[in-house]
Amino acid sequence: MIEVNHLTKSFDDKVVLDDISGIFEQGRTNLIIGASGSGKSVILKNIVGLFEPDSGEILYNGRDFINANRDVKTDIRREIGMLFQGGALFDSMNVEQNVKFPLDVLTKMPEAEKLERVNTVLSRVKLENTNKKMPSEISGGMQKRVGIARAIVNNSKYLFCDEPNSGLDPRTSIKIDQLLAEITDEYQITTVIVTHDMNSVMEIGEYVLFISDSKKLWEGTSGDIMHSGVQELDEFVFANKMMRQAKERSSF
Amino acid sequence: MRNLGKYILFLGKLFSNPESFKTYFKLIMDECIYIGINSIVLVAIVSVFMGAVSTVQTAYNLISPLIPDSVIGLVVRDLTILELAPTITAIIFAGKVGSSIAGNLGTMRITEQIDALEVMGINSVSYLVLPKIVATLFMYPFLVILAGSLAIGGGYLAAEFAGVVSPSSYFIGLKTTFNEFTVTFALIKSVVFGFLVASISAFMGYYTTGGALEVGQSSTRAVTVSCIAILLSDFVLAQILLVR
Repeated sequence: MIEVNHLTKSFDDKVVLDDISGIFEQGRTNLIIGASGSGKSVILKNIVGLFEPDSGEILYNGRDFINANRDVKTDIRREIGMLFQGGALFDSMNVEQNVKFPLDVLTKMPEAEKLERVNTVLSRVKLENTNKKMPSEISGGMQKRVGIARAIVNNSKYLFCDEPNSGLDPRTSIKIDQLLAEITDEYQITTVIVTHDMNSVMEIGEYVLFISDSKKLWEGTSGDIMHSGVQELDEFVFANKMMRQAKERSSF
Repeated sequence: MRNLGKYILFLGKLFSNPESFKTYFKLIMDECIYIGINSIVLVAIVSVFMGAVSTVQTAYNLISPLIPDSVIGLVVRDLTILELAPTITAIIFAGKVGSSIAGNLGTMRITEQIDALEVMGINSVSYLVLPKIVATLFMYPFLVILAGSLAIGGGYLAAEFAGVVSPSSYFIGLKTTFNEFTVTFALIKSVVFGFLVASISAFMGYYTTGGALEVGQSSTRAVTVSCIAILLSDFVLAQILLVR
């Protein structure tokens, strides 16, 4: 479980996160949603330690991440897997080397065991027989799946995904969403996904935290989102025609 | 001044929270090939011509009948060892390797590959930059030795084929009043210049922000700042080590 308490972050004079709190439970797909520029990616980068918050608290299973010493911070980080918006695969390495990378650097596992683990996670994300392909030789959706495989290969306890569906067609997006939900349930990981894709919200959102203009305006489940009563959230959720039609149908 | 402070902090991060020796060893070997071996051809071509042109131009300037032809060999030797081999090669090295280091790290930064390392709990500065600096410190002195030897060889070729000085006079000049310290001085310079090129270029690339345009700008800045740093340190080293 990850607890975020009263997180605040500014860049120069601009407040990007204003007193954000939320609890991301283990074994649940937790979504942070909001319009572009609302600050949702900044929350994620603060939680994983890529940004230093101005104030607030981040607890990983009760362990204070912000005030932790370097060793504790490194230990926590080694329990984290992250899927980046563009995949962030290492260009100079093939699929197998990319997925094996955390095991090579962070563990003393024998080579055969590493390869077995790599093949297991690659088959879990349905990417068998792609081991020797370079990132440039595979599609965007496959790159995302390699990214997921790399994020979970070291038995990560926490999985963070920054816009996992960006640049993907709707069908591939649904597959990625389902894969993330399955992995979360199967490995009992604490998964936090930043997205503005309403399909993802409705498909896999077990806990949803809505951010607008640097503030948390709403939290709840995807089932409650239609009836939040928050104007900004309504404007965000029902921005497209399909969602408006769905709401009209549900109100009959 | 702010960038200088940032650069010093960046260097401090090289040694904090390092990975295992085995990890670095493989990376250093890869960088030695990339930085050192892949630069040999360019350095060799430039050095041979540098030596040949120095010989021709020195001969052109020595018109007094009171000055023996062998002085040409002496001038080319000292010019090569003291300045051309370590300094001019460093500027070429900054253009080839420095821009490549900055471009590589800049691309890794904008495609979030550096963030991916940090999230895994890996010190990205140490993991990505330290092997490049160590490999440069190992390989650049060898390139300077190669450059010096080939430049003197190039001078011989000019003597032989351009006819500006007889090869025997050139050899006599090479052996006249040789001060071994010039070689030591050249090697000290090579270590300093190698460090400056690798660390400055890595610094510029590592802190790239934006997109493809900014990666290009980082590469250009890396070469420019490296060249200025080379020339400044060249003067400082000469002042400290040569002036009695």
